[in-house]
Amino acid sequence: MAAYLDTLTARFPGAFTTSEFRGDRRVIVAADKAPAVLLGLLRCLKEECGFDFLCDVAGVDYLNYPGAADRYGVVYALTNTTTGGRVFVKAFANDPDPVLPSAVPLWQGADWLEREVYDMYGVRFDGHPDLRRILMPSEFTAYPLRKDYPLRGLGERHNFPTITRAES
Amino acid sequence: MAITGLLPDFLVTKLDYLANLTRKHSLWPMPFATACCGIELMATASSRYDIARFGSEAMRFSPRQCDLMIVAGRVVMKMVPVMQRIWLQMPEPKWCISMGACASSGGVFDAYATVQGIDRFIPVDVYVPGCPPRPEQLIRAVLDIQEKIQRTGTIDAREFAARSSYEGPTSLAREIGPEEAIVAPGDFTTATRLRSLKMTNDPPMTRQ
Amino acid sequence: MPLEVLPQIDEAGADQEFLYTLNFGPQHPATHTTLRLILTLDGETIVKAVPDIGYLHSGFEKLGEDLDFNQYVTIVDRMNYISPFANEVSWHHAVEKLIGIELTPRCKYLRTILAELARISDHLLCVGAAALDLGALTAFLYAFNEREKVYNIMESAAGQRFHPSFTRVGGLMNDIGGDVVDQIRNFIRTFPKAHADVVRLLNRNRIFVDRTKGIGVLSKADAINTGCSGPVARASGVVRDLRKDEPYLAYPDLQGAFKVVCATGGDCYSRYLVRMEEMIESLNIIKAAVENLPAGPVNVALNDKLTIPDKTATYRSIEGLIQHFELFMWNRQWEPPVEEVYGATETANGELGFYVVSDGHGRAWRARTRPPSFIHFAVFPMLMEGHQISDVPAILGSLNIIAAELDR
Repeated sequence: MAAYLDTLTARFPGAFTTSEFRGDRRVIVAADKAPAVLLGLLRCLKEECGFDFLCDVAGVDYLNYPGAADRYGVVYALTNTTTGGRVFVKAFANDPDPVLPSAVPLWQGADWLEREVYDMYGVRFDGHPDLRRILMPSEFTAYPLRKDYPLRGLGERHNFPTITRAES
Repeated sequence: MAITGLLPDFLVTKLDYLANLTRKHSLWPMPFATACCGIELMATASSRYDIARFGSEAMRFSPRQCDLMIVAGRVVMKMVPVMQRIWLQMPEPKWCISMGACASSGGVFDAYATVQGIDRFIPVDVYVPGCPPRPEQLIRAVLDIQEKIQRTGTIDAREFAARSSYEGPTSLAREIGPEEAIVAPGDFTTATRLRSLKMTNDPPMTRQ
Repeated sequence: MPLEVLPQIDEAGADQEFLYTLNFGPQHPATHTTLRLILTLDGETIVKAVPDIGYLHSGFEKLGEDLDFNQYVTIVDRMNYISPFANEVSWHHAVEKLIGIELTPRCKYLRTILAELARISDHLLCVGAAALDLGALTAFLYAFNEREKVYNIMESAAGQRFHPSFTRVGGLMNDIGGDVVDQIRNFIRTFPKAHADVVRLLNRNRIFVDRTKGIGVLSKADAINTGCSGPVARASGVVRDLRKDEPYLAYPDLQGAFKVVCATGGDCYSRYLVRMEEMIESLNIIKAAVENLPAGPVNVALNDKLTIPDKTATYRSIEGLIQHFELFMWNRQWEPPVEEVYGATETANGELGFYVVSDGHGRAWRARTRPPSFIHFAVFPMLMEGHQISDVPAILGSLNIIAAELDR
């Protein structure tokens, strides 16, 4: 067992579970604990365990996923730039108001990544300085990567005026 | 008597011919390059393929100087108002090439955000297939435009005025009725950003 | 030289009247594709830059949940469309990590060679276009001429010059012939001269150097804090290259063939220099890999039931026919574990990773991309503050923002 897991267990007993697959170590925080624990856990990983590089923030919708307990997962992929080690922190959130603490105070790079998760899944990040839509138009009303949103959309893509040649 | 009746007709035809001749050999493309096809457009303009051989090398990025819009790459929801606005900013006479599968039909991107063909929103003269088309195909399209100008062009743009109806794919123009759509409509006249436009009487669906 | 960054301005206060707003893009020659910036200016100095992106968002990741592992490679190609093959390698690297496939040695080497060629063509376009934006058209033409040679190699190998869509789960679409190897050898011979030409055109070009040196400085701490990777981070002194740190494909065998290129300046000129040197290192990798190209099959064995059998096997043997059927029926296909995995490779722009969540079927439950352009563009407002409007193209060109990768 890696040293950083001992540190985490000592600091946050019972707050998370871990799993491993093909060398990717995951620290999993359930939806009921995530709002309180997540920021402290990430800070501990960054400042005490050397995971100083926020590689990615990925949203996942686990609606009807086999064996899933919570709906929205947000995966923070962290890297230690000195040793090259990786750890994946997976926090969950649920409807009706999926909310997680923002990691922007720790990593400036989390700014846009969290905005994208908000844009695509509607997961809000508490403490984010500028939580707006980033890829979709701001008038868009749905969260397109949710599993209950159809692939081809709901007709938004063709809802524009047509210009004929005579009037242009 | 007969000569005065014939002479004006004869002169008008020659003027059309002259105008077409000058127009077709000095097409100034406006590269509306959004994605991969834009790189092939650059390849067409650079040394190996050299579009200058056909008089179309003067690419100007200001729509007000151009008369040939080349839409290269997929156009998505947020970009449609921009494209329409740029098309309207170009002075007459003007033509449009839809370069690549994505601009012509959506291509492989049959997803929520991508427009399934720009001809639903602006008039298109020549479609270029391919993903992305080879530079030779684009040069062929420019030649086709030249031929079209020579064949149909008139000095007072009568042929444009005659195209007053929608030219896009009618059977697919609206896939679902407005009552089913949750609305994020766009209006090119106001801003670069989309603005709410009342398409239905129902209020837009609230955030989920 | 950059000016001192102005203090934060009281939006409603009297300072406001000195400032004006300039809209830059989304259709602007210096933005290459579809970027939009809203600049707040004091005279010609940029006080604040707010990027507005999404003008090319076309739902890549939603398509990744709809298409199977082999089909999605065509979409991945169109992500960073100036080095498509590198994206394919990255996507199938993640998928193969998920399923647990060990590739054949020949496939590893071929993927490595073509990915390095893609890196060269990416850097060539980046350098050439950056020079073009700063007024040096000749370097652009030289660079594009070399890109055409890479296109020719891709076309001979895969049949498509631009988007090869060449990788498949567990191998490649087909093996390459001796003519492709000859073309690659020829490229190795001729490229150094073209590279030297570009170096002579730009490295000591007064205008180019003046417009890039000291512009857009990114410190090492900021590069790490904002998540930068690839040449952008290495130009700031972050010695991190996945080809060395987490060697994949044939890189474990080729460690001696290349060095990680780093600089400490962190400005546009350093990023340019890093890209130029990386091309030479890539060429060294290709040279070493071509000379040691192993023989043997490119796909993993037919019995593993993972790769598409070739036409002969499909039409002449019952095993091949069954396997072909299994892999193309939408309800059969692969049976990956119900797990999730992150696989990343070093592409020309930086760390391109895929976070693949699988529900046990032949298509991903979630195919999240870690797009380097997206992360680098987030740094852009920070780099831009205090510079002039004319520095926008220089900084944009040095970051190599590809809109399709940015917006997906």
